[in-house]
Amino acid sequence: MREVYIAGVGMTKFGRLERGQLELFGEAAMDAINESNLKPKDIQALFLGNSVSDLDEGQTVLASHAASEIGLDHVMATRTEGACASSSIAIIIAFVMVGSGFFDIVLAGGCERNTASPTALATRIMNTGPHHRYESPTGITFPGMFAMMAHMYAKKYGVSLERLKEWMAMVAIKNHKNGAKNPKAQFQKVITMDDVFSSIMVASPLQLYDCCPISDGAAAVVVASGNVAKKLTNKPVQIIGVGQASSGGLSTQRDYTLPVARVHSSRQAYKMAGLKPEDIDVVELHDCFTIAEIVATDTLGFTEPGRGGIAVEKGETEIGGRIPVNPSGGLKAKGHPVGATGAAQVYEIVNQLRGKCGERQVEGAKVGMTDTLGGPFASIGNIILKRGW
Amino acid sequence: MEYKLNFDSFREGLKEGRLLGLKCKKCTGYNAPPRKVCSNCGSEDMDVVTLSGKGTIQTFTVIYVAPEGFESPFVVAMVELEEGPWLMGNIEGIDPVKVNMDIIGRQVAIGYKDVPADMISAGERIALNFRLID
Repeated sequence: MREVYIAGVGMTKFGRLERGQLELFGEAAMDAINESNLKPKDIQALFLGNSVSDLDEGQTVLASHAASEIGLDHVMATRTEGACASSSIAIIIAFVMVGSGFFDIVLAGGCERNTASPTALATRIMNTGPHHRYESPTGITFPGMFAMMAHMYAKKYGVSLERLKEWMAMVAIKNHKNGAKNPKAQFQKVITMDDVFSSIMVASPLQLYDCCPISDGAAAVVVASGNVAKKLTNKPVQIIGVGQASSGGLSTQRDYTLPVARVHSSRQAYKMAGLKPEDIDVVELHDCFTIAEIVATDTLGFTEPGRGGIAVEKGETEIGGRIPVNPSGGLKAKGHPVGATGAAQVYEIVNQLRGKCGERQVEGAKVGMTDTLGGPFASIGNIILKRGW
Repeated sequence: MEYKLNFDSFREGLKEGRLLGLKCKKCTGYNAPPRKVCSNCGSEDMDVVTLSGKGTIQTFTVIYVAPEGFESPFVVAMVELEEGPWLMGNIEGIDPVKVNMDIIGRQVAIGYKDVPADMISAGERIALNFRLID
């Protein structure tokens, strides 16, 4: 394997954008290409993460259309799908392609326009993630899967639901505080404990402010070999570890408070990087719901299992804390256009390592990690990045 | 090689009042719902068996914001069968808004209900359901 770097990154603002996802991706992609001091003709392949463009905008063959929009008619264009992990998968494939020596410069990213559907239809479309024969017909929703995990977590670790819900609310408050410092975040406002507890119940025990929003947006990164990347930028960011693993329906996983796919995926990434959780300076992880952040910190090894909530309470996951989690505002405040999320996490980590994050900068960050969870804890991707200069 | 137990046979079993599963000849573990290889050891060598149809609630949620085609509130739960596998289903016969964590650990019998098809369901659907028996 050759060394693989990220030369440049691009991202749209996230939110309810009233624009098609091809246009959104075109914007993010050209920002990444321009930041890399390249032209479209220099790109040799496109991997585009997307979850449901066929269902929410009636568009298939998405990657080819996206390639054509930005003048990449000469390249292999491939859509990758793993629900919320779709664009992490795209970047991991780009890493393998460049690392193997097959390509030198690959564009990877993702896009989604989840607000195109009204809430009930969007909820049905997302209900396609669990097993379509044995789980989806129960009417299970994404909030519902994480809600069941919250009850399981409280029972397993002997924590009262009231205490767990306070920890969950603290996750929401922290991530909104971070999002308020991110000009690309969907929500740029701080919230209070009262805002969380007075919001409507979505799937017990998750209330509206325990949930990330439905969003539109796109993000893209240029992945290049070491020789190429070091000529394009004086701040190349090296991809030093990747992991990706899979599960089936939720019922096949039994107790999913330590999701098995995430255990496999993160171990692969740590092993490849030769690092341990304590070596990571900043992490963007999958906080689609407040309980999801607590479980992710447990599973990735930043906290002992069952201690993720206490870490939030003690401020360990704040910017400036022991392990800053989701300085971008996370999915919770930055927004969660499903197919774009993994690439947007990489966008944030690259900018953190380059010291470009202004008020939300994690001082001196040299090594960062991303974690993206798709479907019923079924598709998980982890990427570890470090300063390459 | 074809599935020993596929979705259609599993559904037919439920309609006849039997919860079918697979018992692995290699590791003796049970599997339900149907799958190609044993979830424990990866063997294809499994026998179709009738399971007890009883289990214990492990977790639950009350869904208030429902997908199109579903009327809220309703309860979704995960049940551990006496034989070991977990299943997802709806809890029937209780008032959803009164359900709380005390329901974890309660015993249930497993049945099913028909769920109408929609545009993307590839035909008629079934959902498992759970009835409290303790």
